[in-house]
Amino acid sequence: MMLWISRMLIPLTVGYIISFGLISHRPVFDDFLDGAKEGLQIVVGVLPSLIGLMTAAGVLRSCGLIEALGEALAVPAARIHFPAELVSITLVRLVSNSAAIGLLLDLFERAGPDSPAGMAASVMLCSTETVFYCISVYFGSVQISKTRYTIPGALVATAAGIWAAVVLCC
Amino acid sequence: MLAGLIWGTVHGNLDQVTQGLIESSKEAVTLGITMLGVLSFWNGILEIARRAGLIDWLSVQMDPVLDFLFPELSRSHPARGPIAVNIAANLLGLGMAAMPAGIEAMRAMKTETEQHSQPDTAESIATSSMCTFLILNISSLQLVPINMIAYRSQYGSAEPAVIVGPALVATALSTLTAVVFCKSMDLFQAGRTVRPR
Repeated sequence: MMLWISRMLIPLTVGYIISFGLISHRPVFDDFLDGAKEGLQIVVGVLPSLIGLMTAAGVLRSCGLIEALGEALAVPAARIHFPAELVSITLVRLVSNSAAIGLLLDLFERAGPDSPAGMAASVMLCSTETVFYCISVYFGSVQISKTRYTIPGALVATAAGIWAAVVLCC
Repeated sequence: MLAGLIWGTVHGNLDQVTQGLIESSKEAVTLGITMLGVLSFWNGILEIARRAGLIDWLSVQMDPVLDFLFPELSRSHPARGPIAVNIAANLLGLGMAAMPAGIEAMRAMKTETEQHSQPDTAESIATSSMCTFLILNISSLQLVPINMIAYRSQYGSAEPAVIVGPALVATALSTLTAVVFCKSMDLFQAGRTVRPR
């Protein structure tokens, strides 16, 4: 049932909005074009920060620093009952979505999606966001450089999500 | 990034680093091209919704929530509509629809602050509403993680959808933490002697 709703979500939303526009006698396609044009500008506007951030994330990932950090943190992580397999995926999650999904699929292949670690990783990725990516895209789009308490707040919320995922699944 | 470059040099895998650098800048552009399509499409759809009055309706429905989370934004503030859309789209898991609305909300909050403060003082400083909005976005609001279920069934999970319940609890918890954090920061800031912001 839930899955059916999810599957129908996009067609229904789009259909609903378009028919609502038609009912209220709007020139629907002209409105769409104006919005889409603006959408293009938004993408062009965020692309520079996207390239900068994703390149930085790529360098971090390929240089082995994250793996090394993951290994170094595995022992203290085990002490607080945090599964060692999840350390690097957690770190990667903060900077890159595609890389985190890559690690998740690796984990699925090794341990299976229904293993405790696989479950915890699935839940964790659902309940967190790519922290630094979001911050740089949103604040980058309006040239905000003093982010005040955004980063600590985002990290605290993310930590809560991760903690809940681990407690619920391991 | 610099840390990565230095680490790569020390450990002698600079080739991989170069590879990673080039690969990921390509990946960014590929993502950008996908975004050009999907995001522009959603922004077009949202424009229809706005002009038909749907977005105003949505933000009125969400008035209690918005009043609580963003006390700085008056009922007539132009950022309320896009914030409402952003939250709704995030709940439904439509990330590509949430993003243009989120950026529009940020812009609206920024122009409004610029009008109310002297030039040069508040230009690059985030307002409390901006912080709350972004932290809330990062805390993740999605109700049904449809992509994750798809990945799990692809990799032969016996019950790909079992994560829905735990994911909902974890998401609720992280969002709750975000709200508590933002509210206490607001209180903390208000408690301090007023500094010109």
